[in-house]
Amino acid sequence: MTAFGAFVARARSQGRLVVQPRMGMSRLDEMRLGLYATRNAAATTVGTLTVDSYTRTGALDEARRAIDDGTALNGYPIASYPPDVTRSLLRGIADEEFPVQVRHGSARPERIVAALLAAGLDATEGGPVSYCLPYSRLPLREAVTSWQRCCELLAAAQEAGAQPHLETFGGCMMGQLCPPSLLIALSVLEGMFFRQHGLRSISLSYAQQTHTGQDEESVAALIRIAADRLPDIDWHIVIYAYMGVYPQSPGGAQLLLDEAARLSVRTGAARLIVKTTAEAHRIPTVEENVRALETAAVVAGEEGRAPRTGIADTGIHEEACALIDAVLDLDADIGRALVRSFAKGRLDVPYCLHPDNAGRARSGLDSSGRLYWTDAGAMPVAGRAGAGRSATGSRELLDALSYVQRTFDERAFRTVAAPLPLSP
Amino acid sequence: MEHTAAEPSGLDIVVTTMASDSHTWNLVFLQLLLEELGHRVTNLGACVPDDVLVEECRRRQPDLIVLSSVNGHGHHDGRRVLPALRACPELLETPVVIGGKLGITGAADGDDTAARGLLAAGFDGVFTDVGAVDAFKVFVQRLAAGVPA
Ligand code: B12
Repeated sequence: MTAFGAFVARARSQGRLVVQPRMGMSRLDEMRLGLYATRNAAATTVGTLTVDSYTRTGALDEARRAIDDGTALNGYPIASYPPDVTRSLLRGIADEEFPVQVRHGSARPERIVAALLAAGLDATEGGPVSYCLPYSRLPLREAVTSWQRCCELLAAAQEAGAQPHLETFGGCMMGQLCPPSLLIALSVLEGMFFRQHGLRSISLSYAQQTHTGQDEESVAALIRIAADRLPDIDWHIVIYAYMGVYPQSPGGAQLLLDEAARLSVRTGAARLIVKTTAEAHRIPTVEENVRALETAAVVAGEEGRAPRTGIADTGIHEEACALIDAVLDLDADIGRALVRSFAKGRLDVPYCLHPDNAGRARSGLDSSGRLYWTDAGAMPVAGRAGAGRSATGSRELLDALSYVQRTFDERAFRTVAAPLPLSP
Repeated sequence: MEHTAAEPSGLDIVVTTMASDSHTWNLVFLQLLLEELGHRVTNLGACVPDDVLVEECRRRQPDLIVLSSVNGHGHHDGRRVLPALRACPELLETPVVIGGKLGITGAADGDDTAARGLLAAGFDGVFTDVGAVDAFKVFVQRLAAGVPA
């Protein structure tokens, strides 16, 4: 029993931001070292087992083969190691003071959920939409059925005395270029889906996007809506450091993470999942992860003492509510309502190739870097015609995708290149 | 028919990733790029199972197959998929290239040894370095113009 939700609530009540890595290796000694280093980092941390791509997609034979011949994978193959192996991996490290969450990106996660429960874990994440559309080609209907079953598995563990925790990944559709109202709507809808299927402790995600002011307004809206629609269960907000094309320079990557840490504190989020200076290039090392955790904690501590400023309302709250209501109107069963909404294009994720996504919606960045709809398709929101262009050519697409990378790499370059003050 | 370099005609191209990889921005980008160059693209989307990939290519008999992977399993997945493609008599001669972020260790994956290994395994082009997209454009232009590789 690791009581993930209770741990985060306790830290929050003491004014400490919980920071967490995205970390997963296939070699047991490395994975154990990574967990150990996360626990001992100078920050309030929770641990992560990020699952590899073979396990995510159900290719357990490939994962097994990689373990056998020592090929390094991009994550921890939790369903291919016997439960005892994972238990000994965690022994002496995971406990009430250091809960560990399994992060997996799987549209059909039964075997992963079974494996984590068998290993004594009970915190994980995902969702029927957020782990289907950006992560698979599985029909949405099947993902909904599978996620319902997994929620029930976790809820049954609850009956047996565990305190399972489930986080929605809805605040991060495609990693980038999804306007905030849809991120908020999906985060809340998946949270409501979890609740409908028995979960009592959840978290709602929001991934840092392209404009700080817009992000602050978005998280405030998410909190307001969650308070409204999920009044009777335990929930907290988790911020993801930017999930799109990352700055290439170590300085730019660090500045972007600093910004995410400030966003978390300013909006009152309870937890932050960091990215490292290796993000644009490769799977990070343990040291890079620890540095990201510790620097984010320092920035968060400093921000805690800074004065708050007001947040402008540009209509994100209203737009997110319109999307949520358009879905809930369709069916009292949230899973069915989600399937029907995508079929009708009432929800439509820009640039997502999944066959069950309408694929009509398009988004862009305005001159100040805010994300907005250039075409909202059949969604009940207004596009901002004439405010800019959607990315329609390969050049424009790369420009939009690399806006954050460019901005922060340049900022880092200017910081380094700034002339030193003359000594007296 | 032989095309001359002066008047290349568009190619039929399959752009795809492999079974373990769910990244699609790379595919969206490659499709736009190739269409702008005057080619017709079939984009197979995320996590394409081996049998779907082979069957789609066998059925369409494209002029070029482009495998893109960035999740770090590309080396492994590419080596598994290529022989399956070559096992189809229709695809024995079809140019097949691979690119993206193929391993999990960054620059070290793009080094010559790894790329040479994939070429030796039978790929007609491997595009992983900083200049990958430009080198790929040259490759496609030569193919469209009928210049022998
Ligand atoms: C956005 C993103 C995601 C999104 C993807 C949404 C989607 N459906 O596409 C989400 C959040 C879902 C995601 C998930 C995962 N991701 Co991801 N992701 C990224 C990120 C941040 C940006 C990628 C992107 O959109 N690039 C924009 C496109 C246009 O560029 P590109 O893909 O880099 O391709 C360029 C070149 O490589 C080249 N290219 C690509 N293919 C080809 C082919 C040819 C022939 C040619 C010529 C050129 C070429 O052309 C493009 C333009 O220059 C990168 C890190 C980064 N770059 O900042 C990580 C990254 C690619 N992800 C990574 C991983 C590992 C994963 C996960 C496995 C989770 C995990 N373990 O961390 C899962 C995928 C699950 C699975 N089944 O595979 C790793 C890969 C590690 C490695 N190779 O060493 C990266 C590098 C992050 C990291 N440092 O760990 N991810």
